[in-house]
Amino acid sequence: MTIFMCILLGFLVICAIAASLSKSLLNTILIFMSYSLVMSVIWILLESPDLAITEAAVGAGVTTVLFLVTLKKIHAIIKKEDSQEENGNE
Amino acid sequence: MSKKVPQEQYEKTFSYKFKQWLDGTKDPFLDTVEMKRQKPFCEEAGKAERRKQDRERIVRRVYDLEKNAELRIFQRIYRVLAVAFCVFLVVMLLLAVSWLPTFGEADKPVNNEVSARYIENGLQETGAVNIVTGMILDYRAFDTLGESHVLFIATCTVLILLRLDRKEDQETYGANDRLHEPKNDVILQTAAKILVPPIFIFGIYVILAGHLGPGGGFSGGAVIGAGLILYLNAFGFAKTERFFTARTYRRMSFCALACYSLAKSYSFYTGANHIESIIPLGTPGAILSSGLILILNICVGVVVAGTMYTFYVMFRKGGY
Repeated sequence: MTIFMCILLGFLVICAIAASLSKSLLNTILIFMSYSLVMSVIWILLESPDLAITEAAVGAGVTTVLFLVTLKKIHAIIKKEDSQEENGNE
Repeated sequence: MSKKVPQEQYEKTFSYKFKQWLDGTKDPFLDTVEMKRQKPFCEEAGKAERRKQDRERIVRRVYDLEKNAELRIFQRIYRVLAVAFCVFLVVMLLLAVSWLPTFGEADKPVNNEVSARYIENGLQETGAVNIVTGMILDYRAFDTLGESHVLFIATCTVLILLRLDRKEDQETYGANDRLHEPKNDVILQTAAKILVPPIFIFGIYVILAGHLGPGGGFSGGAVIGAGLILYLNAFGFAKTERFFTARTYRRMSFCALACYSLAKSYSFYTGANHIESIIPLGTPGAILSSGLILILNICVGVVVAGTMYTFYVMFRKGGY
C-alpha cells in the first residue's frame, strides 16, 4: 500500500508541475481534473471517504465543467482547422 | 369591522408597495441603484491622431534600452529575483512542513479533550453513526449554516455579474450559445440516458445516508448538481426549464435556508437554556434517527445542488 501511495503522490507532483508548465489552457484543465481524481483516491487511502466523494464531485466534475465553459466563452479553445489556417497564413 | 379604503389612498400606503414588491410587479429600486448604460466611445479625428503619436513616442522612449537605465537593470535582475523568490518560498514551506508534529502521534496538541469528547460521546449526544456528520451538523452546525449562506451569496454575485436582463441581449447572446455545438448528439444523449438516473439516485442516497455512512449534504448536493448539468448538456435548455427555473431556485434556496435556520435556532435555544429537546435521537443506525441531522442534510443538499446548476447556467447562457 505504501508503494501505491508513493506512486499516487508522485503523480500528484507531476500533475501539478505539468499543469503550470502546459501551454494550452485546455490541457491545463484536463491535467487539473486528473489531479483531482488522484487526490480523491488518496483521500480514500487516508480513510476519509466523505472528502473523497466531495473531491470527486466538485474538483473533478463541476469545477472542470465551469472552467471549460469559461474557456469557451472567452474563445480560448481554438479548433484545429483554425490553427492550421493561421499557420498556413504565416 | 374593517373600513374599506378607496383605491387611490390604498395605493399610497406602505403595505400596497410592499405587496407590489413581493409580487414582483414593481421594483421600488428600479432606476435608482443600477448603473447606467455607457455611451458608445467616440472622439474627434485630430484627438485620435494625437493619442496615437503620444503612444508611439512613449513606447519608443520606454523601450529604448540605451537611454532607459531602469529597464536595463530590471531586465537583468528580474529572472534572478524570480528564481530566488521561488526557492525561498519552497524552502520556507518545506521547513514549515518539517516542523509539523508527526502524523497520528498520541501526545500532540491536536489530540486534546475536544476530539476525545467527539469520539467518546459523539454517538450518544448526536445519534449519528458517522462522527464527521455529527460534528459538522450538530456540534458545529453554526459553521455549516454560514457555509450554506456563503454558497447562496456566491450565487447572488454570479447572478449580478453574468445575468442578461434585457430581452434583446438574451436573444443575441443566449441563442448563439448552442450554434457551435452538435445538437442532439446521439452518443451524449444515450450516455446521459443511462448515467443520469444512477447519478441522481446516488446523490439522494449520499444525502439521506449522511448520518449513517460517508457522505452528507454537500457531497450529495454536488453529485446531484453534476447530474443536472449532464442532463442539461445532453437535452438542452428547453427540457430542463420545464422543472428548473430561476423561480424554482429562489424558492428552493429560501425554503432550505429558512428551514435550516429555524431548526438550528430551536436547538440553540434549548441548548443555551438547558431545556430538554423534544426531538428524539432514535436508534443509531436507523434512517430516521439522530434528531435534526437528516433534515439539515437535506437542506444543505438542496442549496448545493441548486447552486452548482445555477453557476453552470449563468456561465453558459446568462439567464434561465
